[in-house]
Amino acid sequence: MSETLDLTLKVWRQPGPDASGRYVEYKLTEISTHMSFLEMLDVLNEQLNEKGEEMIAFDHDCREGICGACSLMINGQAHGPDSGTTTCQLHMRRFKNGDTIVIEPWRARAFPVVRDLVVDRGAFDRIVQEGGFISANTGSAPDANSVPIPAPVQETAMDAAACIGCGACVAACKNASAMLFVSAKVSHLSTLPQGKPERDSRVQGMVAQMDLEGFGNCTNTEECQAACPAEISVSNIARLNREFLRAQLCSKE
Amino acid sequence: MADTANTVFNSRVPDGPMAEKWDRCKQEMKLVNPANKRKKKIIVVGTGLAGASAAASLAELGYQVESFCFQDSPRRAHSIAAQGGINAAKNYPNDGDSVWRLFYDTVKGGDYRSREANVHRLAQVSNNIIDQCTAQGVPFARDYGGLLSNRSFGGAQVSRTFYARGQTGQQLLLGAYSALMRQVGTGRVTLFPRREMLDLVVVDGVARGIIVRNLITGEFEKYSADCVLLCTGGYGNAFYLSTNAKGSNVTAAWRCHKRGAYFANPCYTQIHPTCIPVSGDYQSKLTLMSESLRNDGRVWVPGAQGDQRRGNQIPDTERDYYLERRYPAFGNLVPRDVASRASKERCDAGYGVGSTGQAVFLDFRDAIARDGKHTIEAKYGNLFHMYKKITGEDPYQVPMRIYPAVHYTMGGLWVDYHLQSSIPGLFVLGEANFSDHGANRLGASALMQGLADGYFVAPYTTSNFLGSQNLPEVSTDDEAFTEAMANAQDRNSKILGVQGTRSSDSIHRELGHILWEYCGMSRERQGLESAMGKISDLREEFWSSIKVLGQGEQLNQNLEHAGRLADFLEFGELMVRDALVREESCGGHFREEHQTKDNEALRDDKNFSHVSAWEFTGVGNEPVEHREQLEFIEVPLATRSYK
Repeated sequence: MSETLDLTLKVWRQPGPDASGRYVEYKLTEISTHMSFLEMLDVLNEQLNEKGEEMIAFDHDCREGICGACSLMINGQAHGPDSGTTTCQLHMRRFKNGDTIVIEPWRARAFPVVRDLVVDRGAFDRIVQEGGFISANTGSAPDANSVPIPAPVQETAMDAAACIGCGACVAACKNASAMLFVSAKVSHLSTLPQGKPERDSRVQGMVAQMDLEGFGNCTNTEECQAACPAEISVSNIARLNREFLRAQLCSKE
Repeated sequence: MADTANTVFNSRVPDGPMAEKWDRCKQEMKLVNPANKRKKKIIVVGTGLAGASAAASLAELGYQVESFCFQDSPRRAHSIAAQGGINAAKNYPNDGDSVWRLFYDTVKGGDYRSREANVHRLAQVSNNIIDQCTAQGVPFARDYGGLLSNRSFGGAQVSRTFYARGQTGQQLLLGAYSALMRQVGTGRVTLFPRREMLDLVVVDGVARGIIVRNLITGEFEKYSADCVLLCTGGYGNAFYLSTNAKGSNVTAAWRCHKRGAYFANPCYTQIHPTCIPVSGDYQSKLTLMSESLRNDGRVWVPGAQGDQRRGNQIPDTERDYYLERRYPAFGNLVPRDVASRASKERCDAGYGVGSTGQAVFLDFRDAIARDGKHTIEAKYGNLFHMYKKITGEDPYQVPMRIYPAVHYTMGGLWVDYHLQSSIPGLFVLGEANFSDHGANRLGASALMQGLADGYFVAPYTTSNFLGSQNLPEVSTDDEAFTEAMANAQDRNSKILGVQGTRSSDSIHRELGHILWEYCGMSRERQGLESAMGKISDLREEFWSSIKVLGQGEQLNQNLEHAGRLADFLEFGELMVRDALVREESCGGHFREEHQTKDNEALRDDKNFSHVSAWEFTGVGNEPVEHREQLEFIEVPLATRSYK
């Protein structure tokens, strides 16, 4: 089981936010198929450091698919070829000897490049701060079992709450729309009884901020769902649209 | 050794019966009136469960809060990766649980090396956490009647663990994060992402601010406040390979230690029994498979040494279910330290499986036959999915291969009952402090502690501090800020200036090897003594041969890593020293010299029923050990038995 790969990488290098970037080609040999994709980049970075070239900057942290820090467009696909998988969980056994792999950062107006493969996803935090919460001050909560929640409702909320906030949906969308991200949070909270009181202000606030940040609109191509490592369903977008329409028509605010 | 005089500590544990201590403490606390709260500024470093919950709760009270994290967003703190669950004494399953029993289990699970009063308070507030999180919209698992569901975890005979699939940490953290973001929206919290804390500023003996490096621009920044809360997690990455996130580090805590905060019990490291084994020397981290899997999975090795057959081809008669054999009362649900050592014992004896022989099986065959694949999938689907992605093997078909890995650190900065460190005004919450888990943490207790500290303890105790002090105004132009900033800048320039030949990764791996070999699952005097020298040599090598390219005035991840490594190299020596002076075995600290006939840990309550809190005296100098004597009044000292 000691298979290895020889690879050609074309990596986007950009020294800073305002500098122009370009692809740089690197050759790698004897990459173990058991390595994760990011471990392969670690190997490359070690080699670059040895040669006196600056390492490639990329975001990563937990390396177990949950923190949402890692990103990367790999051969034009957000998080690479495997469905339901983040870049950090993608393994080299997925590639063939002699492959050329093109690696780019997320590309969207609302996610400016910071350096190399690192982008600024602060827009997502600003969207959440406009309503992606339930207002429940510490200490004021009733007993957790005082409001029964049917298991299917809880399951629906959990499916949506599984979003890791990585931004792959935006990167995969030709319009750079953040609808899947926003809809996941709106669905999670508005499905639960605890989230009902603020459902109107939540959806209106989050959508307004989403527009303000420069994300595009949804045209139902569903690329976002295909790219999403947390397998968030586009049915959440339908729910977001319903919630938004309902709030526009019925809101007393 | 250093001066080990029994310094009397003031742990500020309130008098009175155990069950009334926390209430009494709260009654005696000073308050800050709402108009004055607006004028007080609090710095919170770290946005994991402890940091996000504390920052949100303090802002709700009306304080001005500044929240810092090194990640690009507060939502990415490593609490997010916790899988299994969170304990609480709700007793919803009606199986005999109570605050007292959760308290008892936690003290016993910690092998009688934690502070009773802190643990009792933790058990008391555990139920409020579940209520709070549910109100925030955390989608805990429920049964068909719509009520909350529980599972069991190691070290307990009741089901008290609340969970959200295998992503409990994620859901709890997103709950705390959303509460935090709500306060950012109101303007009461100012968020500073991609900032790394590089020094603590102490003015007239009180913590009054921090120095951070802006990781995007590379600029150093100064922030002042009325108190500082450190919620920066544990130091498991000293081992290089651990289940921590790549960025997790000891830097903030260590630099506070260098400013005078005592570091307590650094040798208490939790090695988690169920992680995916190492596959090669390029390995960058280890992945945990939740302890909850031990509810349904059975741990075994082949009965014969060197058996190379696939797990599912070995018949039952040729299997050794060694946990069930050795510990019939708790079986596969023994606490983590016990399970990890038992795996190591089997592998060292030559019964390990897989290509390296450093793994045991965790098998779901019987559970799938009993409950059906669908049920197992509903409980653990995402974990099975993750296992398959990493190993290429399908755990529905063949048993998982697992091996212990560094996971959590029970040691941390010393704090009193108010969670205040030995520097007034510096409070330490969550994994970064030492207080609640003794020498071993039980599963599903880390989430409980992080949130207990952040939601329900620190808001009271920091208010009490602010209400009882008459702190003078302090500006970031103060000399102490200038000195601290120069100190942090100087350290970074030095690293960039070495321009040697070795990468930070290679030195970090070497440090990890030393610590794993000599200060890992089992330790003995000679090994520990040699590790001290090896670490100090490696530290010298770092400062003479580290190679970090690029500038300081830019995003430079290599520089970030090297800076953290420099602190691990100082810290590692303290960890080893602590393991050396603790001449007993307890919890995660197993000294080979101190074990029973059947290889169980042998505590020495007469001489070691204390906390070792170390005072910094300079790099390479012997630190001073202070001792806080531990008293066990409610849970009398007993030999821990899970048989």
